[in-house]
Amino acid sequence: MLSFTLQRIGKAVVVIIGVIILNFLLIKLAPGDPAAILAGEAGSGDPQYLENLRAQFGLDRPVPVQLWNYLSGVLTGDLGFSYRNQVPVLSLILERLPATLLLTGAAFAFSLATGVLFGVMAARYRGSALDSIITTLALVFYATPLFWIALMSVLLFSINLGWLPPFDMETIGAGYTGWRRALDIAHHLILPAVTLGLFYTAVYTRLTRASMLEVMGLDFVKTARAKGVPNKRIIRRHVLRNAVLPVFTFASMQAGQLVGGAILTETVFAWPGIGRLMFDALMQRDYPVLLGVFLVTAIVVVIVNFIADLLYRIVDPRIGIA
Amino acid sequence: MLRTLVRLATAAILACAPVAGPAMAQDAPAAEVTPGGALNMIVQPEPPMLIVGLNTQGPTLYVAGQIYQSLLTYDASLNPLPQLAKSWEVSEDGLTYTFSLQEGVKWHDGEPFTSADVVFAATEFLVDAHPRWRLIAEAYVESVTAPDDLTVVFKMKKPFSAFLYGFELSSFPIMPKHIYQGTDYRTNPANSTPIGTGPFKFKEWQRGSFIHLVRNEDYWKDGKPYLDELYFRVIPDAASRSIAFEQGTVDVLRGGDVEGFAIRTLTALPGVESTTAGWEYFSPQMFIQPNLRLEVFADRNIRKAMYHALDRDFIVNAIFFGQGKAARGPFSATTMFHDPDLQQYPFDMDLAKKLVAESGIDLSKHPIRLMGLPYGSTWDRLAEYVKQQLEELGFVVTIQAVDAGGWLQNIGSFNFDLAFNFLYQFGHPAQGVSRNYYSDNIVQGTHAGNNQAYANPEVDALFTKAADAVNQEDAAAAYTQVQEILAEDVPLLWTFDMQNTTIYRDKVKNLVRTAIGLNEPMDDVWIAK
Repeated sequence: MLSFTLQRIGKAVVVIIGVIILNFLLIKLAPGDPAAILAGEAGSGDPQYLENLRAQFGLDRPVPVQLWNYLSGVLTGDLGFSYRNQVPVLSLILERLPATLLLTGAAFAFSLATGVLFGVMAARYRGSALDSIITTLALVFYATPLFWIALMSVLLFSINLGWLPPFDMETIGAGYTGWRRALDIAHHLILPAVTLGLFYTAVYTRLTRASMLEVMGLDFVKTARAKGVPNKRIIRRHVLRNAVLPVFTFASMQAGQLVGGAILTETVFAWPGIGRLMFDALMQRDYPVLLGVFLVTAIVVVIVNFIADLLYRIVDPRIGIA
Repeated sequence: MLRTLVRLATAAILACAPVAGPAMAQDAPAAEVTPGGALNMIVQPEPPMLIVGLNTQGPTLYVAGQIYQSLLTYDASLNPLPQLAKSWEVSEDGLTYTFSLQEGVKWHDGEPFTSADVVFAATEFLVDAHPRWRLIAEAYVESVTAPDDLTVVFKMKKPFSAFLYGFELSSFPIMPKHIYQGTDYRTNPANSTPIGTGPFKFKEWQRGSFIHLVRNEDYWKDGKPYLDELYFRVIPDAASRSIAFEQGTVDVLRGGDVEGFAIRTLTALPGVESTTAGWEYFSPQMFIQPNLRLEVFADRNIRKAMYHALDRDFIVNAIFFGQGKAARGPFSATTMFHDPDLQQYPFDMDLAKKLVAESGIDLSKHPIRLMGLPYGSTWDRLAEYVKQQLEELGFVVTIQAVDAGGWLQNIGSFNFDLAFNFLYQFGHPAQGVSRNYYSDNIVQGTHAGNNQAYANPEVDALFTKAADAVNQEDAAAAYTQVQEILAEDVPLLWTFDMQNTTIYRDKVKNLVRTAIGLNEPMDDVWIAK
């Protein structure tokens, strides 16, 4: 177990350094640079001014030197300084990370819970009207683009019905604290989290249903039924327990997107998360911020994979660590 | 005068929107000012920082205009008005400018504002960090001195007829000397808590969410500002921004906050007013830039033919939802010295084809790339329209897809055939027009120079003559002449003078008063209760 952990950590470090180098070089391939973009937005800027900016950003040095400076900075915990915002990258990322984790975490929990529930119900009542309704809805949400669902849900729930706020993470200027604030944030969280989670709800529903139906036909289920085990118990202990593995695999993939997977949702709902920080940094060629977000994303993916590998053993004891 | 102009503009728009008609009558006299309240606005896109000395992007100016101030501001006809300078004097020879400063002005941290701050801005901070002041200081300014705490004297190397027109916030922001002197401006930790002299103080910035400013109790104008709080919200999606205004979450929409098609719907709502005033100082003009290094564009008749092939009224009305006016020459209609009687190139495809035939050039042998602006679907439509018109003329056109970084890179390295571009003219041709035509400004690495490589010694001489003129009549004569030459040469296809519509709830009073519009300190703005 210990050697497994050490081995995985060693691999993870190599992967992350590889990711940094690859990202750094890829970003350098994009045309344009942050100095030109700053000048472009200001509507003026002569070449000497741009040269000064580049020198201040360290962009006048050769690319290998820039890469080395960045790498050695990262290894000592310094993610650099944002060209545009003139603040340390780490503080920009830490400021925005909680909002994204709250949103994607809520969406993750929502889609996993509802997906498995609907999948079990559809499998349990296969061929019934309920099954048709669930599978049809799952297909619809599986196939509909996220932004469209987002816009339509704003139209319905915020504008027509007035139940839910259409954007923002909390009521700005209300000055709530404590539980009142938590409730306010939860109220604002419903629309974006559900919108973001619906696609995965559909995926889990379909996966759970298919997998359940497959297990239901196996001999040990017949045996359990012949033994007189109550139906509910068969579904829960015998079928679901054996059918959950593909769902788990997919859930670990969704968990890998906890940091980077919500750009669209964050944009439509004005959610102050890290996806928007990344998108803005990309458009504005703010390399240090972009690299910082990529790094955090890579670390989260590596950690999630590691946890998932450990959990496989609990979900299915037949799987050993290799 | 200005109020009248604003009203006229409002009336012109309301005339098309009968529902909003009665709103006009609610304009209360000044005596009934009701102080207090919070004004909610949108800042789009979110600015990178609020230090206006380091960043003069539109959104930065919008928020920082409430925190920082400059010496002057300008009315809608671009006459200078006092701000931190109470009065000013220009010597007969045009070589000495003396500004007397307002008394009793304090920085937000309590330190007094003095002439030393102005000297620091003019000779240190802005020379280092400001893209436009740097050039003016280098070319024209001999010395900046402070004979006493409330007087600043600019001595010039030679006269500069535009000098008095470069002292509003975006051109000459005054930064606190006691905070910045001797530090690295860009990494100064004080950058996260801006300190200015303006009517509102910085309170809080939750990145990605909102910027919150509060009333400056020690503001140098007694009893002002009227408002208690300003909120600038960050709402990245255009449709959500429309909803925010419709639902009353925000009271003001700045030009560009919502899509062109939404402007018509929103201005038609009851209790909503709008104006296109407040952009005279910036006067953005959109133009199509042909790379004159290409043989086909070097031919003046081909450029004239292309200009005739474009229906610019159609572009403004059908593609840009009426947000602009077809350009009538190189100077925007709201820029100083604009000549309304220039040679025009109305839409005439037959004439265009005739010009091409006369030139003897076979356009199909010169395939060209058209680089549009990466600012959304409206600009994509414009690229498609221009492609269609030029193909009818005989060109073979491919549209080059770029993002903002790629666009700047290509323009700055002259890697384009035909490109869309737009620039602020900053009120005065010496500040925002001549840079596109000076032959010594054919330099790489910027998008705001003479990137098309136009060289005409006569034009160079006239622009210099106008800039160096001591009195405005001489400047005007030279500018009229240069406009005539440019209109005959068409080095750029001036497409339209861009307009921006400010939309606001009618309870918000005195919102747009000067040529810098919403960047003006909102010390006179109040909300009717």
